[in-house]
Parts: sequence; C-alpha cells; structure tokens
Amino acid sequence: MSSGISQLLEQIHEFSRRCLFRVISVGPLPIHLAFIMDGNRRYAKKRGLEDGSGHKVGFSALMSMLQYCYELGIKYVTIYAFSIDNFRRKPEEVKSLMNLMLEKIKSLLDKESIVHEYGIRVHFIGNFALLSDQVRAAAEEVMEATAKNSRVLLLVCVAYNSTDEIVQAVKKSCTNKLVEHSEGRDRDIERIQLVNIEETMQMRVAPGPDILIRSSGETRRSNFLLWQTGSSQLFSPDALWSEIGLRHLVWTILNFQRSHSYLEKKKKKPL
Amino acid sequence: MLSLRVPSTSFDFPRFHAGDLERRWKLGRDSFLSFSHRRGFGLGVSSAKSETAPFTAAEEEALPEGLQPELMPKHVAVIMDGNGRWAKNKGLQPWDGHRAGVEALREIVELCGKWGIQVLTVFAFSTDNWIRPKIEIDFLLNLFERTLKSELETLAKNNVRISIIGDSSKLPKSLLKVINEVEEVTKNNTRLQLIVAVGYSGKYDVLQACRGIAQRVKDGEIEVEEIDERLIEQELETNCTEFPNPDLLIRTSGELRVSNFLLWQLAYTELFFAQELWPDFGRSGFIEALMSFQQRQRRFGGRKS
Repeated sequence: MSSGISQLLEQIHEFSRRCLFRVISVGPLPIHLAFIMDGNRRYAKKRGLEDGSGHKVGFSALMSMLQYCYELGIKYVTIYAFSIDNFRRKPEEVKSLMNLMLEKIKSLLDKESIVHEYGIRVHFIGNFALLSDQVRAAAEEVMEATAKNSRVLLLVCVAYNSTDEIVQAVKKSCTNKLVEHSEGRDRDIERIQLVNIEETMQMRVAPGPDILIRSSGETRRSNFLLWQTGSSQLFSPDALWSEIGLRHLVWTILNFQRSHSYLEKKKKKPL
Repeated sequence: MLSLRVPSTSFDFPRFHAGDLERRWKLGRDSFLSFSHRRGFGLGVSSAKSETAPFTAAEEEALPEGLQPELMPKHVAVIMDGNGRWAKNKGLQPWDGHRAGVEALREIVELCGKWGIQVLTVFAFSTDNWIRPKIEIDFLLNLFERTLKSELETLAKNNVRISIIGDSSKLPKSLLKVINEVEEVTKNNTRLQLIVAVGYSGKYDVLQACRGIAQRVKDGEIEVEEIDERLIEQELETNCTEFPNPDLLIRTSGELRVSNFLLWQLAYTELFFAQELWPDFGRSGFIEALMSFQQRQRRFGGRKS
C-alpha cells in the first residue's frame, strides 16, 4: 500500500518538475553547466556517517543533478571528480576515492544507467598517466562504449587540473609547430596563435561553461577550468554537495536568465 | 535557499561619501585631485608638484578591529567594474564615472600601503574593452596617462612601485613613454607594488608565455619535454613580482564572473563579489572583503584535518 503511495508521490513530483522545467525553458537556458562537488566529507561528519561514505552519498546527488540537467535540456555538463591536488590527501582516502570511482565508472556501462537513459556521451578529461591502469582502462571502455551517443555530453574531470591541462596544450602546440617548421610549412614557430593552443586542449570538445557552480560556499575555482570559465557566471551556494537539489539548480538558472538579458542589452548598446 | 555569496553590508564603518566627491568635482571638474583630498580641502588644483601632506601613511596604520595581521593577503587583485553605471545612475557622463573610479582607486592604494598588503593588481583595461566606442577608449587611455604623470611623484615618495602588464602594441606612443618612465623611476620601491593591467587578458598572458617558451625551444635552450608549470609561470607577465598569484580577487558591481582577468594566477584565489559599483567601493567595502577572506579555509586541494 505504502509503495503504491510513494510511487504516486514520485509521479506527481516528476510531473510537477517537468511543468516547472517547461516554464523555465521559456527563457534562455545555459548550454553548459560545470560543477565543483565540494563538501562530501563535511556532509558525512554532519550526519554522523563513517568516513568515506560522504562520497557515496555525493555520487547519488550527482546522478539526481545530471537527471535534472538533461531533463531540462542542458547539453553539456562537466564535473570536477578528482583533482591532481587531491593526490596529496592521505593515501587511504585517495585509495578509497579511486576504488569508488572505478566502481561508479563501471556502473555507467550498465543497461539501467543514466548513460543509456539519456543517450549521454561520456568524456574523461585529465592526466591519465596519473591514474591506475584499472581506472584508466575502465574510463577508456566507457568513452568507447558511449562514443556514438550525441544527444548530451558528460565531461568527467579526473586527475585533472587546469594548469596541467594548459601545460599539456602548450607542449602539444610547440611540438606541432616544430613539426610544421621541419616540414618547411612554417618558419616562425614562436608565432603560436590562440587557436593553436585551444585546439590542443582536452576541453575543446565542449564550449565554455555558461555557469560554474561550487557547493559548500567556497568561492574559488581551485584550478578548475581556468581557461574555459573566463566569462562564466560563478555561483557558490552554501549547501554541501549532497544537499544541493532541484531548487538550487532552478535558482541558478533564473539568475542566469536575469543577468543574461542584462548582458545582451549591454552588448547591443555601445556604453 | 541559494546564496549568491554576496555578503550584506552589515558593518557600520563611515563610508567614503560620494556626495563629497560630487562637490569637489563641481569645483574642479577637469583637474585631478591630489592624494591629500581628505586632509586638506583638495580644491581640485592639480599640480605635478602637489606638495602636501599626502598619504602621510608613510607609517603603517593599525588594522581596523576584526582584521588579523597574520591573515592579511599578500596580493589583492581588483576588477574595478561599474564606473559607467555609476555615472548613468547619477545622470553624469561615462568619463565622470571613470574619474570617480580613479578616486576610488587612490583610496584602495592608500589602504593597501597602510595595511601591509604587498601587491595590488588592478584591471584597468581589458583586451575585450577595445570594442568600446573610440571616444571612450581615447578618454580612458588619456586619463591613465594623465593620472600616471600627475601621481608619479606622490607614488615615488611613498615607496610604491608601479608595473604595467598587458599587450602594449595597441597603446599610443605617448602613453608607452610615460609607462616606461614610471616603471623605471619606481622600480626600486618596496612598500607596495601596484600592477596595472592595460590591454590585458588572462589568455593573452598565457599565449605570450607560450610564445616565449616556443622561442626558447626554437633556440635550443629547452626541450619540449621540459615544459612544466614553473616554466610557464616564469614567462607570464606577472613575473615582475615576487607574489604573482593573488590571494584575494575583488570584483565590484555585482557581476559574478572574472571576465578573463588573470587566468593562470587565479587558480586558488579567493573570490569576493561586492554589490557596490566601483566608485562607491571604499574603505568599508574593502574591509568587508578582507574580513570575508580571513574567514575562509584555504586547503589547496588537500585536507584540513
């Protein structure tokens, strides 16, 4: 009896959510949202859960958020799953995070996973050389399995940080220029252009995020997408990642729509 | 409910009054005020030899209550946004807003010097701003040139070092000449380093660093495999200072973005977004930003156990 009621409630909830999304979609929607999922450990401590379980709850919160984003029609979502700086944490915590990541990456291949439900193409972005063979192999398997999907993209930044991404891009640009130079195609290898760097960046598969959301109230980017978020709106709700829900997403988008109309006006008028 | 991380103004400090400013302009609209405007009468007489009791904070001032000296940021960066809107709200011309902006900047420079902040970087003119109307651009660059000339002596006397970063290729020759002179005259000053970003953007900075590195590769000085973060940092234009990465970035006027200012250097910078327009952002706004900064926990990706 109670499962019938909870199912009904769920359906009502879903229906009202879709109505809400229809209303919001009347205004401009962001094309690309990026998330820094901060606050999992604090959440576990707050709820008296054991260490490490905060990340598991965080993963469920992520799945809900992805569902809302894709239902709303947002095409690109990028998440900061694991930073290169996080390797400096205690080895036990790093190991437990890597194990959780391996488990969850593999679960994306399941038939019931969100990937199949929404036709998500998954990209992993980061310095793969820093990952264990297993994690790297699982990531590559998911990328290959979802390569044909094209409706929406999920970019997972793991063993990533922005300065590393830029270093790799600079190296590649220099190498490319050297090759061009040796083939006689370009005498001035030092005249690298912006486009040369951008076409070698890992994040070139998506346009710059319209909005970057960092949970837990910290207002900094922690070496995430520095190159791509020059014009992004930055929001830092106080809620910890697992407490972030639909209302935060809606509020963020409404604010985006408000400032979007101001920006469009500003662009048209020569101040 | 989602908070936009824009703190309410709950402090009761006496604010810099925009009303005072208006009065002074009406007395001398086309002149530049000296630093002494708050001590004397600052009747708007500009003089390269402005005597006066400037910035007598040759000594440091005690920090306001609530701010701890050991938690002060070494490097503060500012996006001085809102001059145009400020002028519009008052029914004035855009250039009046920019002049008021210079006034507000003076105050912040003074406070940085008094409170032991080592580096202050300000975003004066972005590569994106080149699309503004020519008349505004000409005014801005002219204002910058005149301000540099008129303030040089005061800044030199107060041990302030000036550095200019950005793409200088589009700047008028007369401005470039003044910039070179100002940088040369103040290069040994140690109290505060004021870095002014003109014709600058974060991507431009990384690009020119990349070109510098490519040149070194071409010359056989380094191999491509040796390129790392440290090498790029050495080539960025902020290599003119010992503390290239801001601890705190303040943006006024309520916009929640960094607008391509300092890309690489902002990796771990604490961001503070103030609602006030730049000409209204004074001592109390600055204190609020510093208080917020001091309350933050900076972990740099690690853990505070």
